[in-house]
Amino acid sequence: MAKSRNLLQEITKGIIKENPVLCLVLGTCPTLAVTTAASNAIGMGIAATLVLVCSNAAISLLRNLIPDKVRIPAYITVIAGFVTIVQMLVKAFAPGIDKSLGIYLPLIVVNCIILGRAEMFASKNRVLASMADGLGMGIGFTATLLLMGSIRELLGAGTIFGLPILKNFMDPIIIFLLPPGGFFVFGMLIALANKLNNGKTAKNASSCEGCPMHGICKSDGREECDK
Amino acid sequence: MRASHLVSIFLAAILTENYTLNKFLGICPFLGVSKKLNTAVGMSSAVIFVMVLATAVTWPVYFYLLLPKGLEYMQTLVYILIIAGLVQLVEIVLKKYIPSLYNSLGIYLPLITTNCAVLGVTLLVVEKQQADASYGYIEALVNAFGAGVGFLVSMVIFSGVRSRIENSDIPESLKGLPITLIAASLVAVSFLGFSGIA
Repeated sequence: MAKSRNLLQEITKGIIKENPVLCLVLGTCPTLAVTTAASNAIGMGIAATLVLVCSNAAISLLRNLIPDKVRIPAYITVIAGFVTIVQMLVKAFAPGIDKSLGIYLPLIVVNCIILGRAEMFASKNRVLASMADGLGMGIGFTATLLLMGSIRELLGAGTIFGLPILKNFMDPIIIFLLPPGGFFVFGMLIALANKLNNGKTAKNASSCEGCPMHGICKSDGREECDK
Repeated sequence: MRASHLVSIFLAAILTENYTLNKFLGICPFLGVSKKLNTAVGMSSAVIFVMVLATAVTWPVYFYLLLPKGLEYMQTLVYILIIAGLVQLVEIVLKKYIPSLYNSLGIYLPLITTNCAVLGVTLLVVEKQQADASYGYIEALVNAFGAGVGFLVSMVIFSGVRSRIENSDIPESLKGLPITLIAASLVAVSFLGFSGIA
């Protein structure tokens, strides 16, 4: 009983308390790039979640076999393998999503969330816990993408999932679909998350070890990576 | 004809197709390392270097090895391994033979393996070649160099913007990352000027 409660905790922490995008600020590139429409956001979220759960499971199983020195290349190889599988699945079953995600689908390989969770969690924990962690982080990622995608699609095109909502109410503000709108909405969402957490998120984020910027932060003595 | 064609590819890669501000590639270093001008320049120089090198290696591998053998689906895996290997190799070579360059670029190199701009450039080149068959090896290299220079330009501009933010009075919950992203949004607006609002 206690065990299953722990697993549930691993799942739920990724959704709110340690939301990978808004609190740990990992995986910013896909967050900004694919959120021009809610449907793209869902597609990206599900693809990344699948890779996250599988790679966390595989890396957790291999954690005692992989020598410490070559662990990052080993993790990347495992992740790239799963990304290739997901890429083929998406191409076969959802060609529309494949087209609209474009190169951002293969770029899941270098998504810092996945490498970050492999390094921070899967390499130290048992298989089930790692999979739960991957699932939670994936759901948190998907939810955030969906939120951003909905906001940008609503303001930029007046629709959500292609359904006209604001059509007779106001003219679409196209700039929300363009790159500047992405940066702006993302900045506002993080500010909101900061506000709701009383500004604690930025300081509590433990993303340093998993973040690819770790080395530089340490050598530079800056507080940058804490954000 | 050919020269002007290459110049236009180069300029397009810097301005209208700017990798950070238009394609959202390499956002992590864009936000993380742009606080000081010298680190911004160091990181971008390393990125330019690795981008050109990675394109120089992955292009022949894709078109002479993967494509004829029908292994296109291995692209992602092969590319990331090539990039990771190259970065490691460059690091070792620089350390041994050009220590002065290693001292200035060295700390940025390990970060570049997971920089999506590098993988993005090599993947996009293949897409461009499929759209236009005359897009050859030289064009791919020029494009990679332009993409790197574009990264440098946006990093340098943005580090200037950030040094001004440092001294201004910002609402509590906007401090740190949010105000940086909003500033990035405004810089992106200026880059939109090169392509025009669609």
